[in-house]
Amino acid sequence: MTSSFLDNAFFRNIYCNLASSDSARCAGGGPFGDGLFPPGWEWFAFLVTAFLTVFVVINGALLGVNAYIWGERRLIGRIQGRPGPNRWGPFGLLTPVADLIKILTKEDIVPAAADRLLFFLAPFLIVVPVLLVFAVVPFGSSSWVADLNIGLLYVLAVLSVESFAPVMAGWGSQNRYAMFGALRAVALLVSYEIPMVLSLLGVLMIAGSLSLVDVVHAQSVPFILVQPLGFLVFFIGTVAEIQRAPFDLAEAESELVGGYHTDYSGIRWGLFQAGEFLATIAGAAIIVTVFLGGWRGPDFLPSHAWFFIKLTGVLVVMTWIRGTLPRLRIDQVTSFAWKGLLPLAALNVVLSALLSLIWPAPTNGELWIMVAINMTVAAAALIVLGQFGPKAGERPTPAPVSTLREATPGGGN
Amino acid sequence: MSMRTEPVTVNIGPHHPSTHGVFRLRVTFDGEVIVDVEPVFGYLHRGTEKLAEERTYVQFVTLTDRMDYVASMTNNQGFVLAVEKLAGITPSPRGVWLRMIAAELQRIASHLVGMGFFLQDLGAFATPLMYAMRERERILDLFEMLCGARITNSYMRPGGVFMDAPEDFWPAVNRFLDEMPGYVDEYESLISGNEIVLSRTKGVARVELDALINASISGPMLRAAGLAWDLRKKHPYEFYDRVEFDVPLAQESDNWARYIVRIQEMRESVKIVRQCVQQIEPGPIRPKEVPFLVRPPAGEVYSSIEGPKGELGYYIVSDGSIAPYRCKVRAPSYINLTLLKDMLVGWRVADMIVTFGSIDINMGEVDR
Repeated sequence: MTSSFLDNAFFRNIYCNLASSDSARCAGGGPFGDGLFPPGWEWFAFLVTAFLTVFVVINGALLGVNAYIWGERRLIGRIQGRPGPNRWGPFGLLTPVADLIKILTKEDIVPAAADRLLFFLAPFLIVVPVLLVFAVVPFGSSSWVADLNIGLLYVLAVLSVESFAPVMAGWGSQNRYAMFGALRAVALLVSYEIPMVLSLLGVLMIAGSLSLVDVVHAQSVPFILVQPLGFLVFFIGTVAEIQRAPFDLAEAESELVGGYHTDYSGIRWGLFQAGEFLATIAGAAIIVTVFLGGWRGPDFLPSHAWFFIKLTGVLVVMTWIRGTLPRLRIDQVTSFAWKGLLPLAALNVVLSALLSLIWPAPTNGELWIMVAINMTVAAAALIVLGQFGPKAGERPTPAPVSTLREATPGGGN
Repeated sequence: MSMRTEPVTVNIGPHHPSTHGVFRLRVTFDGEVIVDVEPVFGYLHRGTEKLAEERTYVQFVTLTDRMDYVASMTNNQGFVLAVEKLAGITPSPRGVWLRMIAAELQRIASHLVGMGFFLQDLGAFATPLMYAMRERERILDLFEMLCGARITNSYMRPGGVFMDAPEDFWPAVNRFLDEMPGYVDEYESLISGNEIVLSRTKGVARVELDALINASISGPMLRAAGLAWDLRKKHPYEFYDRVEFDVPLAQESDNWARYIVRIQEMRESVKIVRQCVQQIEPGPIRPKEVPFLVRPPAGEVYSSIEGPKGELGYYIVSDGSIAPYRCKVRAPSYINLTLLKDMLVGWRVADMIVTFGSIDINMGEVDR
């Protein structure tokens, strides 16, 4: 039997109360009574419980978005030497609610020239794939919607679907700012997906499984120590994939007004924002799961608490980066991915492969030897890359102005 | 494989988050690279120069506030000095010291705004801007003590200023002067060593010194190219020959140099204000014999000061009446935009916005 949300005691209790006739799944549990459904209706009980689980997870994620919006605005406020939102509710906790009400009551404007199908689909395409990621994240020692044996592959696949949304929004809006934003988003996502995937290979070699639950089980030493280069590349890659500062150039407010969502308003714009924050939480959850030991931690706190503490920590670091760093330029972003992160990720793959040849199933002590070796190599690699890494670009030679002038009669938006 | 591509023309502005007012750029892009720039302005034109012909000399001081509205004090100063030169008025010493204090504080405030928005254009999530605004607020509080107004001060008059500083002002300004160098250190520790800022600004939008001189560009832009041209040193007005300060220079003439020159100038301005506070002595703030209705003899005058953004000049023609016959303003923001196209062609969208921020223009002054 594959492990699923029924591993969680709470949801198994519900399921078994609905269908106690399922002796395979409810064996060893408490007295479940007669069950609500007669024998033969286990599939229906399963569906009901699955729906409940998904409901809890999705709404939990959306609640997390609200909490995170509040937390980020408060924290950035403190970083900038101001109090941050503090009017609605205690400590301004209701500010996201007020924002949502405002967004819902705004007029939904569709540009006359827009490609309506793409324009309408894009906001959904940015939210739905991220919600799918939460299906495989283990929130606690036995809490997940599904334990896919291809979990990491699934996460990467689902997240790469998200890169369609900026293109659809940018193309569908028929706006030049939006088009610039879309093109930047594509360049960014294509560049960073490759080092990101490569950086996960090392983890897979040590854990020996693509399942996120198995990856957590393999971390008797958190993989941030065993795979420092992998963590570095994956963290930067995640920040770039979810397009937050300093990689927020697809929606660069000071350059492109709003980037690919320039023409969106009302709840469609809100969906883009929600999608961005959801992606941040999802990315942080994957980082926690793969590199920070997931829900593992000393016993004095429950496993869920450890997960959320680590998640909060990663989100705080991301917010801190956002509050501190200016934005990179598009050529710098891409050259950083290809000349900086890709060699690091490739080095990490080679090194991890060698080490896992020596220790195919590492014990705790062998993991610590790996930590020492990997840390040394990581430090050496960063120093070398710092010497020969990408530098500020030179002025490119443009085409002669006169010919281009003729090529664009009229102009204007 | 070759793909057929064609350049695209985009209107940046007049309503755009980074145009610092209502400024429009018609930019032709080849992909992300700029191939042509055509600035279009005049959206904020209010006919200030024409309005001057209908107003007395003192009344026009209030209109100078509205030109460069982040540096009202220096606008006042430039105009008032021109009127004094035209009418042959000798200002009272205390008034001159107060004007210098106000003008140098204004220079700090203006550079803070310039630096803050420059970093904002770089994409920093408002943090340096908020830091800059925090200190600018202190300066505006000081202005409020001086004249009751924060932005549109109208503080200066031919012959001096209209109101003496209250007793509270002196401890407040001393406290500010003690703290300001620490704040500047704070900006530098946040920004100046930042790898992203360095890679985004170093070598970007470089212009030759000759081109700058030919375009008669002045102020921090010129000093960032290595020419020590500062009217406070070259043609000392007010009591600038009685205070000691350095003219910060940079050689690179790129966006980074323009930023670092402004940072250094803030430090120098703090020094100047401190010396002014030490040297100021009691006395009248405005000579009794200067009439409220200044009636200069027929003639013309050009007088210029070193404004925060460059040489701020006033050319006034008088026909002997109570109002100028013609008043022409040499607005540094406007003239510093001259080389915009040469600076931008070949760079990318993101560099355009940053360069724009590093020139530090103010649309109220460009369009007047």
